[in-house]
Order: sequence, then C-alpha cells, then structure tokens
Amino acid sequence: MSDATAQLAETTRPEPADTPRGASSPTPSPESPLISEAERDELRRQGILLTSLEEIYNWGRSHSVWPLQFGLACCAIEMIAASMARFDIARFGSEVFRPSPRQADLLIVSGTVTKKMAPQVVRLWNQMPEPKYCIAMGACAISGGPFKQGYNVLKGIDRFLPVDIYIPGCPPRPEALLHGLMQLQQKIRGQKLTGPDAPRHLRADDPCAYPVPEFGERDLVPPQNPAVWQPPPPPVRPAS
Amino acid sequence: MEPLVQLRERILARFPGADVTVLPNPAPVGQDSLVIGREHALAIARFLRDDPELSLDYCSNVTGVDWPQQEVIETTRVTQPDPTTGTPKVYEQKTKRLTPAFLEVVYHLYSMARQHGPVIIRLRTGNRTDQVAVPSLTPIWRACEFQEREVFDLFGVTFEGHPDLRRILMWDGFKDHPMRRDYVEPDDYEWEPTAHDDVLKKAQEHLARAEGRQP
Amino acid sequence: MNLESGISPAADRSAPALPAALPPFNPAANAQVREVHDPFHGDLLEVSMGPHHPSTHGVFRMMVTLDGEAIVKLKPVFGYLHRNHEKLGENTTYLASMPYTDRLDYLNSMTNNWAYALAVEKLAGQPVPERAEYLRVILAELTRLLNHTCLAGFLLQDTGASGTPLMYAFREREKILDLFESISGSRMMCNFQRFGGCRVDATPDWLAATQRFVDGYNEFLDEYEALITGNEILMARTQGVGVLGPELAVNAGITGPMLRACGVNYDLRKVDGYGVYPRFDFRVPLGDHGDTYDRYMIRVLEMRESLGILQQALRDLPAGPIMDPKAKIRGLKPKPGEAYGRIEGPKGEIGFYLISDGSANPYRYRVRPPSFVNLTVLEDMCLGQTVADAVIILGSVDIVLGEVDR
Ligand code: SF4
Repeated sequence: MSDATAQLAETTRPEPADTPRGASSPTPSPESPLISEAERDELRRQGILLTSLEEIYNWGRSHSVWPLQFGLACCAIEMIAASMARFDIARFGSEVFRPSPRQADLLIVSGTVTKKMAPQVVRLWNQMPEPKYCIAMGACAISGGPFKQGYNVLKGIDRFLPVDIYIPGCPPRPEALLHGLMQLQQKIRGQKLTGPDAPRHLRADDPCAYPVPEFGERDLVPPQNPAVWQPPPPPVRPAS
Repeated sequence: MEPLVQLRERILARFPGADVTVLPNPAPVGQDSLVIGREHALAIARFLRDDPELSLDYCSNVTGVDWPQQEVIETTRVTQPDPTTGTPKVYEQKTKRLTPAFLEVVYHLYSMARQHGPVIIRLRTGNRTDQVAVPSLTPIWRACEFQEREVFDLFGVTFEGHPDLRRILMWDGFKDHPMRRDYVEPDDYEWEPTAHDDVLKKAQEHLARAEGRQP
Repeated sequence: MNLESGISPAADRSAPALPAALPPFNPAANAQVREVHDPFHGDLLEVSMGPHHPSTHGVFRMMVTLDGEAIVKLKPVFGYLHRNHEKLGENTTYLASMPYTDRLDYLNSMTNNWAYALAVEKLAGQPVPERAEYLRVILAELTRLLNHTCLAGFLLQDTGASGTPLMYAFREREKILDLFESISGSRMMCNFQRFGGCRVDATPDWLAATQRFVDGYNEFLDEYEALITGNEILMARTQGVGVLGPELAVNAGITGPMLRACGVNYDLRKVDGYGVYPRFDFRVPLGDHGDTYDRYMIRVLEMRESLGILQQALRDLPAGPIMDPKAKIRGLKPKPGEAYGRIEGPKGEIGFYLISDGSANPYRYRVRPPSFVNLTVLEDMCLGQTVADAVIILGSVDIVLGEVDR
C-alpha cells in the first residue's frame, strides 16, 4: 500500500470537508499541501499512515474496476486474451467480468459499433450504475476504423457516450488494454470528491441516462448526441 | 460431370419450352453458368437436385448481383470500298447500346453424394424497380433460407415462396437496399481529422452541403 | 465415434438417400405452439437472448419462445455486426481487400486470406510456387488448431466450466499467436497471403520453433482430453443434445466439423484437393450421432489429424521462391469473368465469389460465410431442448459474428 499512497499524495490537495456538492469552493493553492511528502514518509516509517477519505476511496475504487463482459468484434478476443493466463488482468483488480451491466463499473467498447448495435450499447451504458467509465478499445470504437466507410458503421462510440480512455490499435494488443486500464486507474485516483472538478457522477446536473437513438429510415435518429459530441470546426478548410 | 451444354439439352428434353441458356465465363477457371427463366426455375432446381446422375444436393452459395443499365459502346470494323478511289478500306463503326437493367441471383450447387460441382445457375429479375420477383429455391435447398433473405435485404430481390422473407442484416424499417450500385450512403462525415482519398472527398462534400453549396 | 479415411470407402456413407418429396421444411412452423392461455400450463414465455448475452459469443441474438423450460420456437436475429464488408470490398482494389478478410472470422485470419487469394488466383489464372503452397498448409493447419482449441474452451465455458478449460485453451492459443506474430508481424490480423504466394518467407528459426510446438501439442491434447473428454458432466450435458440428421445437414448446406459430426464424409481438403493437400496422408474423422458431443469430439480428432499434416508438411517443405515472380499484386486488373474459390476453413467451407469487369476493383465481391449458413439449422437442433441446452448447441456450432454478419 505504501507505494500507492505515496503516489496518491501527489494528486491530493486538502479541501474543506463541508463544501456543498457542486458549489465552487475557495481552493487552496495546490502548491502548498498541508504536509510535505518527506514528512509523510517519516510518519509512515513510524507506523502512522496519513490519508484522506478521498485518497483511500479512490484508491479502493481504482483497484477494483469491474468491466462488463461485453464483446463486440475482433477486439473482444484480445480483451478475453487480456483476462487469460498470459496477460492476467487480475493483477490490476479487473478480472471480475460481470455479465450484467448493473454490476459493472467499466464498459469496454471492444470492437465495431454498428448502427444496428449502437442503441443497445447506449442502453447498456444507461443501465450501469454510477460511477462508471468507458474505454473505447480499438480503431473501430474510436472512429469506425477500417470499416469507417461502411453504411452501417458508427464512426466512433464517442458520438453517443462520454469516453474516458481511447486505446488505438487494430486490434490493440492485450498489453495496450492493460496500459489503458492503468491510465484509467490514474484518472480515477485523481478525481476529486468535492469542488468544481468533481467527476460527473457527483454533480447534481449529471445526466445519468443518455438518450438512446432510434432506428430511422436510413440512419440513426439522431445520428449523434450533441450533448456529448459535436464536430469541431474543420482544422483547415479543404481546398475545393 | 457432364458438360453444361449437354446438361442444358437434358433439361430442355425434360422441360420443353424452358428458357435455359449457357453463359460462358471468360475467366481461366471456366466456371460457366446456366441462366434459367423464372417460370421453370423451381422445377428445374428440383430436377437438378433429384436427378441421380447430378444429385446436386448441396447449395453452397447464394448471392445477388446488381446490373444497372449501362451504356456500352461497341466497336465493329467494316470493310467498305472507298467511294473516291474504290480501294477497300477499314472503317470503325461505333454503336451505342443500353444494357438491360436487372438483378441477378447466383446459386452455386455442388454434389456431396457424388462429390462434383459446381453447377452455377442464375435467375434474373425483369428489371430493378417493379419486377423484382424470382421464385425462391428454399423449398429445394434449405441452405438458401438465410442467404436469400440476405439478397432480399441488400439487393431488394423478392423471393416468391420463401417462408420467412424479412430483412436480416439491416433493421426492419430501413429503406433502400445498400448493396445496389446506386445506393447513396448516409452522410456522416462530419469530422475527419486525417482524411484522405475517398474519405477526403466525402468530407469535402459534407462541408459543402453544410454550408449550403452544391457539392 | 469411428474414423474413416479417404473418399472411396466412405462414398456410400456420404450419400444420404434424399427423399423424393421435399424434406420436412421448417418444422418450427408445424410444431405445436400453444397460442391460448392455458390455466394449467401457464403462458408461453418469449425471451430475447442477446445481442448482449454472455453466452452468445458476440452480438448474436435469439428470440426464444419457451413452454416452461422447453424451446418451442427460436428465431435468430442477425446484423448487429454487419460491417458492410462486401460493399467495402467492391469499392477497394483486390489487394486492399486482403486485410479486410482478416477481420471476417477473426480467429482464423490465415484461412480467410487463403480462400480469398485462391479465388483471385482462379480469377486471374495465377500459379503459386510450391514452397508457398506448403507454407499455406502449415499456417492453415496451425489456424485450425487455434480455432478448435478456442472452441473447446468456449464450449466448456458455455456448459458452466467457467475459467479453467478456457485458460488452458488460451495458453496454447498464445503459443500459436507467437508463431503467427513472428512470421507476419501481427497476432491476429496476419494479412499474410498474396495472389501468387505468401508475403514473407519462413526462417529456419521459425520452422524450428513450429516443429517444437507441433511436437509438444499432442501432450497438451492428452492433458486436455484427460481433463474434459471423459468428464461425466460434459457427457450428460452434451450427449443426445442438439441432434442433427445427415439429410437435413446436407440439405441445409452445413459444412465443416458440424457436417462431419453427422457422419457425412465431405472435406474439401479431400474433395477439391486444393493446394498440396493430396500429397498428405490424413484421415477425416466422422461422427455417428450428430449431437453436441460428437461435434466436440470431431474437433479434437481433427486437431490430431492436423498435427499429422503439420509433421508431414514441415518434413517435406521444399526450398524455392515463395512468390511467383510474374505475379501482379498491386494494380491487379483481372480480365472480365468470375470465379468462386473455396477452401475448408476450420468452421466449414469458406468461399469467395468474385466478378471482375476488368477494372481494378471487383465488380462483385461476395463471401460465403460458413458459420452463417451453419446457423440455418440452429432452430431445428434446439426445438424441444431446454434454454441451457440452446447455449451449448450454439457454442458447438462455432460461430464468429464477424463472419456471420460481415
Ligand atoms: S479495431 Fe480492428 S480488430 Fe478491433 S474491432 Fe475494429 S477491425 Fe476489429
């Protein structure tokens, strides 16, 4: 535990405990923590562990991320491989693949999301309890990948869901998935429980449920969720 | 296995008046095919399956092909005497011709009992718009069940006598048949960070449309 | 379970007498489906299994109607992974479709590549040098090992033996993937075959590693079989479950191990004799009952035969080029015409049907997916069985959704 705590300490800053949720609080400057790293180390050597609720809470959460057992396409095979003998995702506390979305914390979108499947994926996401995270695994989940030009292929799951981690590759190797998972753990460890930077699930205005698109005559209706994703302005005006 | 020409003779002897033609295949494999008219298709298919010499009991592959109307220019050479000098001269004549538009369903048949094949049969629709029905061969070969549904879904050929003709890959309520050659895909090229080739073209068209210009 | 070799002795077995009348079509339509509410038995229950369901191997969906626990109707719903493979294939060049074929049946990229290369070679009349043919055989048989091993693991997972058998299977899979990676540069998406040969040559080191792997594989199979094959629970769950008769199997176009489990001797490696398969001595395992247990056993026996083929191919591998020097790969424009090329993939007959109009893109590009056609009889096998059996039966069909929906 000591290593993890030491790492966590860097990302922690003290916060008045009674700040109302979602309200802006006067943030103390992060450069001046109440206790320095050296002092904490010294205390630890004496057998005294100093931590905060936020720290221990995030530490616990980040090491037991339960993914949803949900495979879409080729990338799912590599996801299974990551949980099998050689790569052993259990080392990172995520071996408990839950078949039910109600018990899962992490949606790994592993593969091509077709337009026929997209409403189902959004529905699964809605059924997951907060706090929940989403990893877009593979080129297809990020942007449609090699199948981008297909008429039935959604060009990136981020058009409907807030994606936390993108893992490029076609398919990403299991090591890449593990790396993505570690990035997610880091992200979880850095989350604040209070204050303006509090994560989505602690904000009162959080839309826990996202609108599920419907099947239209030629495309999904709507084709994207504007609250989650909007096309950025074109970087360079293409010469025509 | 007997050559297709001979097989055609046998079919015609059995079904006088049936419309069966041999379509040669110019590729080196030489998998020629039989184009079969719609009226006798079901009976001929049953004959092909039950005939003891052929016993084509296994229908491997069913697929659709879309042949829209195309303009082909045929060049023929004619030799005519030159009007002034009278010496023969070669002229090139170009004739424009419109190919008929139709949808085609191709069946690859093999025999598991006799281990030969393939015999390829093709059914053609009248056109691509309103006469798109062909008889379903699912009652003969159960293997056609899903594949014919797929041809219906993606090409819009309706199979008469198919027990369960619904869309199979796209959702119910989808309009259009995506594998046709004139299908227009939905325009969702809003953002292409690294566009090139086809995608770049489509992204530019999308941008033009969004700005109200003609692409 | 008996073994028969060759075509000739079994020719009469593989000729199921077809009834003169039509085979009973779609028994589900005739099945006694109770429509009205019956106070004693209760209502029929309609269950939608999938597209997200832990047992369906991807995004497959079955609409199951249940009378109590027994299945009275089952309709598969496809298309949740319809990635428009064929449309993309018609909009790209012949070569650019090769990596897409990897993603069809994503467990078996090597055999998909081979089937596609074979179809293009038939279309263009392209010969293949001998060493490349041997390499193809080696890689295809490795792929067969990989597929059947994974299947055995997944099937056991479906019966509820959660974890252990699959762990064993994936341990071996990693070894095969290491071989694939070191020859092609990618674990799963090998993109290895080309029209007229292979992309890279096998080094002596690679061949030695493959030899070592092949030598050790029987040991794994023995271990796995000791763990699984005689297991009483597996037998109770699979024997007599999902029986498929040979007449229906032939008529419904079933291919691969599923067909041979019904006792029909039809293996394209023997029938078509494509590549250099006629040079190898191997047997075609045939089942007697056509049930789920036979389908499992056939795969185990096929793995043992594959090991024999691998031994022979590694022994006889000739020296020479791996690519026909005259072969045109980039910018290939075959003359107008069409060709259908098929090989015996691990799941059944995988075929590619190509029509060329003389341009750089195929006019029509069609994949004949084995597992899609094999699903035709899913309902017939499941009728009267329980829901839990449907899961195992589906597992024994061995589907991969990338290929079913394309
Ligand atoms: S990114 Fe590649 S490997 Fe992953 S699902 Fe898409 S095509 Fe398959």
